Amino acid sequence: MTDTAAKAVLDDDRGTEVVGLDDKRKPWASALIHALLIGASILMLYPLLWMLSASFRPSQEIFNSTSLIPSEVSVDAYPRGWFGLRVSFGVFFWNSLVIALLSVIGNVMACSLAAFAFARLQFRGRNFWFAIMLGTLMLPYHVTLIPQYVLFLNLGWVNTILPLVVPKFLAADAFFIFLMVQFFRGIPKELDEAAMMDGCSPWRIYWKIMLPLSMPVLATAAIFTFLWTWDDFFGPLIYLNDMRTFTVQLGLRSFVDSQGGQSDWAGLFAMSILSLVPIFFFFLFFQRLLIQGIATTGMKR
Amino acid sequence: MSTLASPGTAKATTAPKSAGPLKRFWRNNGAGYMFLLPWFIGFFGLTAGPALVSLYLSFTNFDLLTDPRWIGAANYVRIATADAKFAASMRVTFTYVLLSVPLKLAFALLVAVALNRGMRGLPWYRAIFYLPSLLGTSVAIAVLWRQLFASNGLVNSFLANFGIDGPSWISNPGTSLYTLVILAVWQFGSPMIIFLAGLRQIPQDMYEAASLDGASKWRQFWKITLPLLTPVVFFNAVVQTIDAFKAFTPAFIISGGTGGPINSTLFYTLYLYQEAFGFFRMGYASALAWILLVIIALFTAFSFLSARYWVHYDD
Repeated sequence: MTDTAAKAVLDDDRGTEVVGLDDKRKPWASALIHALLIGASILMLYPLLWMLSASFRPSQEIFNSTSLIPSEVSVDAYPRGWFGLRVSFGVFFWNSLVIALLSVIGNVMACSLAAFAFARLQFRGRNFWFAIMLGTLMLPYHVTLIPQYVLFLNLGWVNTILPLVVPKFLAADAFFIFLMVQFFRGIPKELDEAAMMDGCSPWRIYWKIMLPLSMPVLATAAIFTFLWTWDDFFGPLIYLNDMRTFTVQLGLRSFVDSQGGQSDWAGLFAMSILSLVPIFFFFLFFQRLLIQGIATTGMKR
Repeated sequence: MSTLASPGTAKATTAPKSAGPLKRFWRNNGAGYMFLLPWFIGFFGLTAGPALVSLYLSFTNFDLLTDPRWIGAANYVRIATADAKFAASMRVTFTYVLLSVPLKLAFALLVAVALNRGMRGLPWYRAIFYLPSLLGTSVAIAVLWRQLFASNGLVNSFLANFGIDGPSWISNPGTSLYTLVILAVWQFGSPMIIFLAGLRQIPQDMYEAASLDGASKWRQFWKITLPLLTPVVFFNAVVQTIDAFKAFTPAFIISGGTGGPINSTLFYTLYLYQEAFGFFRMGYASALAWILLVIIALFTAFSFLSARYWVHYDD
């Protein structure tokens, strides 16, 4: 997918002449499609809105009710859910935040270093290693899972955040290397050639020219890393067993188990809603970047 | 899709005409390898090395506590001949992949085509349809799904308005997998955005010419839109299928980690997880991982081979 594709998608936002064209030409057909799309939108959003409203109702009212408006609004479920487990959700949120932020730093640093080498530096074996890097994208992580676990177990890293964070500093998310290589190639060569003439080292070119010019792709990588790490369930499930080290996702899962999924649904939903808040924040404020990222690279979500 | 261009294309333009310090600078291989150092450590220490070790482990009996014991191909033989749970997990996974991917892509394409008519409110619709696929992999959403399809959940409350007494969709082995298929289809947003990007690249004058010749919208879709969109369909299909093979979280949360009822949601990855971290049969689980790799590799190879016959590439 090319950049023009992404721009084309986003062009609609600016109300170019294409927008509304069909609305004028065939008002009836257009009204029908709008009606269908609005119906579909409601169907898509209903479960989410319902969960939001359920978090504000008394637990007994959650079942056997399809309405979005609670008969009485109560915020009790939030503190009840927050302290619903042996360890409070504050700890889980803090752990998730630390892991996500360190992952962002690791991914942006390590992947941009590797991408700079692939995109801009000449060295023997570059094409070979680039092909290998692309090959690792295809490898399902299950294939490396068990030896990695044994390795981290022997290093004494289980029940710490290290198995979740250190791989990011070693550019294990090769997808972002690929993403950045694509972007770096679009930056005019003349810039770094001129800098080189002036005797700039590769390091300075990377730091002073490439990185400042690459903010869009670095931001995309940072946001997607944050979202993926925040949502990650499998990694924490394997490496974190002590409840004090749990992430939000693991906390929610324990909540389901401890309650047998029966008694405190409102509390569970309240914590579920809170766990989605950071994602929703990125959706609200960085939507263009997210959509552009998907349209240009075909990321899966 | 121009994304897989080799870095060799960059080289041609790099070679500086002015020699001297510049040339010496670029000749320096050391810089490249210094910049790649973190990736190299990761590649050998976390990817290539572990992959080889896991291949070795798949021929052993290994429980983490005692040293791996070489047992030849016994793991693979048992998987192929005497493992009912493996067979069940294959059945579940393939059903899930074959149902969820085509349905998801069909919805994504349908909505993308509807949105591509140049209509008002496009950014709003796009945002709303995209939201579920952004939130979708969270445990919170799996928790929500568990409630939606519970015996007294939202779906059945809704059906009760029409006098229908719905079953407990989650705890019924006949329906539990389909709740997960619906969850996957609900997240059609990101392939939809990729379809939209593809649709935007189809030249408008092709449709105008077709209209002048009297081609109906329906015909235009089958004769212009779909053929020109096949590279995007192909890309989406490959990405979504590989992703569906690796699905884990929703099945884990909805079944409480068991893959139940009666193995009806025992996704392949869930079975692998149980063998490795439930029963600590690390050798056996490694063999399962390698079988997953082979399945995904075969599927990918098959897709690329078949692409010659149905994917339309520009000249």
